[in-house]
Amino acid sequence: MSDPDPREVILEARDLTREFDGVKALDRLSLRLHRGEILGLLGANGAGKTTAMNCMLGLTLPTSGQLSAFGKPLHKHRIEILQRANFSSAYVSLPGNLKVWQNLVVFAKIYGVRDAKRKIAGLLDLLEIAHLADRVTGQLSAGESTRVNLCKAFLNDPELLMLDEPTASLDPDIADKVRKVVRRVQAERGIGILYTSHNMRDIEEVCDRVIFLHKGRIVAEGTPDQIVQKFAENSLEDVFIKIARSGDIEE
Amino acid sequence: MNLRVIWALVLRYIFLYTRNPIRLVEMVFWPLVDLLVWGNLTLFLQRNTSQEFGGFILFLLGAMILWDILFRAQQGVAISFLEDVWTRNLLNVFVAPVRTTEYLAATFMVGVLRICVTGVVLGLVSWLAYQFNLFTLEWWLVPFFLNLMLFGWSLGMISTALILRWGQAAESLAWAVPFFIQPVVAVFYPVADMPAWSQPLAWSFPATYVFEGMRDVMQTGTMATGLLVKAVLLNLVYLVAAGALFFQILRLTRKRGLLTKFATQ
Repeated sequence: MSDPDPREVILEARDLTREFDGVKALDRLSLRLHRGEILGLLGANGAGKTTAMNCMLGLTLPTSGQLSAFGKPLHKHRIEILQRANFSSAYVSLPGNLKVWQNLVVFAKIYGVRDAKRKIAGLLDLLEIAHLADRVTGQLSAGESTRVNLCKAFLNDPELLMLDEPTASLDPDIADKVRKVVRRVQAERGIGILYTSHNMRDIEEVCDRVIFLHKGRIVAEGTPDQIVQKFAENSLEDVFIKIARSGDIEE
Repeated sequence: MNLRVIWALVLRYIFLYTRNPIRLVEMVFWPLVDLLVWGNLTLFLQRNTSQEFGGFILFLLGAMILWDILFRAQQGVAISFLEDVWTRNLLNVFVAPVRTTEYLAATFMVGVLRICVTGVVLGLVSWLAYQFNLFTLEWWLVPFFLNLMLFGWSLGMISTALILRWGQAAESLAWAVPFFIQPVVAVFYPVADMPAWSQPLAWSFPATYVFEGMRDVMQTGTMATGLLVKAVLLNLVYLVAAGALFFQILRLTRKRGLLTKFATQ
């Protein structure tokens, strides 16, 4: 597969297939994520976004196909790869019965972060939640909790970051702040980010390239503008609806 | 295995238990209730039975304390895992660079900490309230403690594997599994007084050798070391089997894609 993007490929899926009881949640999915790129995974519920991300994190084993990160097969180098990666999801929490700083200290130690205290303080400042450090995590609002999760996700200066609907259930103000922080950190550190969302504004603002999934297969790929033009629609949201309502579209 | 990762995971539980003193209730309150019930029963029997039997029944207190060592070791593994499930933190751990062996090692260490807290409290209270000194077991206490801890870890891995297999609906197994075997490991009565059909079953568990040994030591001051060797060998078999079961079920859970559902439900 020739790759027009000269940047290093940090995550690659080849012919990734995942079946559940005979139903294909992923059907020969192939994709590449480059260093410094934000790749959006879009699709309706059940399109295969979360399954793809779970496979890439090693949480779910694929039925067939290959996964590699930093040029190494995931199944053989999982721990080494996870040391250079991180993950945040709207649906996964840090322990609600610990204080924010306690949770972050634990994960800083797991990732072997040097000068963890300073690192945590810097990230809390960056995400404008320094005042929450001593609060119990379970008592935070959705927006605060999301930003604490992002703090955890940035702790080890990941080269590869997977964000699963990071702005789900956030109000527009906080969602905007989260998008800006993700963009800023990505630009400063050249992280490769795999980003899933149902929020088209997220995708248009944050992602360099988008992959549309439908029934586990890629039905469109390109920049948000390219995809809108290709489908002759007015917006990415219209494309989303068109794809979600059509079972036969294939690029 | 990375000790830093294990320490980080243990630190999480230290934060949890020191932040919320209510958590100490399960480690101190329930064992104390058991101790007081068994202690008072022991006093009653001592005062109302023959002197010979009265001296002998002190083993009830020893058995109760040693049983708690096994139970706390098992709880260290099973409850630590459930804490991650209850707080929806399991995925954060599984997508971090944490090997399954490191995760298990951390839960083993949590078990040791729980044993220390419970053991010190029970040891002190039994000595102050009932003049029962656990150290009358002298050096035998060390192999007894280690064997029960190892068996507790095995039961912890089995409980966790079963919960992984059947989901959160089966979480009561975290408390129930040790009690499935309690009637047949001769905690409070000798194997010889158990029904004949259950005696071979009793000898298939390493804990049985410890409780039999404890009674021997309290009566005669010594025990057959061959029994301890058998307990160690059985413990190794149980650890390998329980570890294999845990890894196999975790692999199946990943293969079936159930880990994420289980961790976010």
